[in-house]
Amino acid sequence: MAVPPAKQGGAAHRERLKAERKAERRNRRYRRGLRWSPYAFIAPFFLCFTAFGLFPLLYTGWTSLHHVSLNDPTAMEWDGLHNYTRLLEDEFFWNALRNTFTIGVISTVPQLLMALGVAQLLNYRLRGSTFFRVVMLTPYATSVAAATLVFVLLFGRDYGMVNWALGQVGIDSIDWQNGKWSSQIAVSSIVIWRWTGYNALIYLAAMQAVPNDLYESAALDGASRWQQFIHVTIPSLRPTIQFTVVVSTIGATQLFGEPLLFGGAGGQKGGASHQFQTLGLYMYEQGWINFHLGRAAAIAWTMFLILLVIFPLYLAVIWALRKNPGEKAT
Amino acid sequence: MTGKATAAQQRVTPRRVGNAQRLDGQLSGGRITYAVLILFTTGSLFPLVWTAIAASRTNTRLAETPPPFWFGGRIFANLETAWSDGNMGLALLNTTTVAATISVGTVLFSTIAGFAFAKLRFRLKNVLLMLTIATMMVPPQLAVVPLFMLVAQLEWTNQLQAVILPTLVSAFGVFFMRQYLTEALPTELIEAARVDGVSSLRMLWHVVFPAARPAMAVLAMLTFVQAWNDFFWPIIALTQDNPTVQVALTGLGRGYIPDQSVIMAGALLGTLPLLLAFTLFGKQIVGGIMRGAVKG
Repeated sequence: MAVPPAKQGGAAHRERLKAERKAERRNRRYRRGLRWSPYAFIAPFFLCFTAFGLFPLLYTGWTSLHHVSLNDPTAMEWDGLHNYTRLLEDEFFWNALRNTFTIGVISTVPQLLMALGVAQLLNYRLRGSTFFRVVMLTPYATSVAAATLVFVLLFGRDYGMVNWALGQVGIDSIDWQNGKWSSQIAVSSIVIWRWTGYNALIYLAAMQAVPNDLYESAALDGASRWQQFIHVTIPSLRPTIQFTVVVSTIGATQLFGEPLLFGGAGGQKGGASHQFQTLGLYMYEQGWINFHLGRAAAIAWTMFLILLVIFPLYLAVIWALRKNPGEKAT
Repeated sequence: MTGKATAAQQRVTPRRVGNAQRLDGQLSGGRITYAVLILFTTGSLFPLVWTAIAASRTNTRLAETPPPFWFGGRIFANLETAWSDGNMGLALLNTTTVAATISVGTVLFSTIAGFAFAKLRFRLKNVLLMLTIATMMVPPQLAVVPLFMLVAQLEWTNQLQAVILPTLVSAFGVFFMRQYLTEALPTELIEAARVDGVSSLRMLWHVVFPAARPAMAVLAMLTFVQAWNDFFWPIIALTQDNPTVQVALTGLGRGYIPDQSVIMAGALLGTLPLLLAFTLFGKQIVGGIMRGAVKG
């Protein structure tokens, strides 16, 4: 490759040998660089990733089999599956599981449906479409803490804006924090507010990738706008919708900051009667309020196992859906 | 568009479905579209605007009916109280440090690892890539207990590296850069550089980074926003003595009689830097999220 041109005469034979050897050495070093550079490139990521991601993940499983106190985390006492069996008998665990599920559903479903609708509107040719998109994304830039503190005020029982507005249309004040459904709706509304615009943009991106011919031929067949939306847009968006459903589900199982701060002082309980305590909060309460790190680890692994059960279910549903209307739509 | 589109137009326009017209193959929005979108954006902005309104009032005014709809005169007084009571100066400095470090680290490590996954051949590549993608699904809760024990043992509690190091790399970042570079960086370019005998480091600097720059900018912005707003891990690893903005905000609400207007002033302080960035770079951030979405 990098061998110098051999135009010199025979007198420079030694010179040439030297140059050749040098080139060969350089060549070998270069090859070695090529061979090992991929590993060097992924090394920083995997070192950090292993130390702070993968190892803790497995170690949590190990911790969950022990009795560990926050006071002295190094003293671990083997406890077998006790942390898990205890969880199954714990009514607050089941309560937290139910709450995580209901809050997850009432925050994810409206959020994604609204995002789909808004994306469809944004997909029209509009004046100031950039403005709409940017403004819609501002809640995404607002932190959980800031957003929740504002919503706590808006949902206040006596002087909150929401109850005031409801009063204007003749609806009595609702005790948003203390009712079971009302508090869960209030917590969900924070999630919906923060993430709808973000999801709308994701849907919009997917909509813009749908080839125009599909709409044209649908229009030729006399399909109305609604029919086009149902039979062209939605099927084309299916992978994106699946993606957002999976991401939102993961987000919903992790719900933590919103209910914690919505509960005010002592928020880790999720309200006076645990009415909006999620699994994330329950884990925090067990680990960092009650000092049972082993139990917290068991809750974390249970959350993980639940996700592992949910995803094959999702895949089964997706597969079943794909089999049927797929042939008709395209 | 083409002749076919005009034919379609002629057939469809007389029916004029809904409130939209098909022109050049794209429907343009009618009045209802604008009305719904304006309603929606108002809903997006209202809590933010109201944060500012509440921050400019007194606590007693907030506890009256009807709640205030316009700005009062106490904004600076409340900001000052939040600044001193909530340790907001230190919190903002800490958050900026944390978010900037995490962004730089994530972008750098994601780009080189993403490049390796996109364009280089090595053993176990597919296994490692699958592992990276799979762990994107693992909830962060799962690592918190041992991380906390680790941080306690290293005596890092309350120090910024406890927040920075665990989030310095991101599986999403690697995947994002891999997807981008697979398409954006022509393999011929790398081969040509190879033929010229360019070393791997120079290749990074002269070929990969320039090609990756748009995606690097997007990843940096996304990471910054996420790190700025991160709540779960900082609230476990830090205390009120050395808080990030999010930790400081929870502290503001914990007094005996929390002063809501001061809390709102704190929330405003913690949100303004990102909102400012949005007014400046909003278009790029939106474009980045949309591009990341299609490929992710």
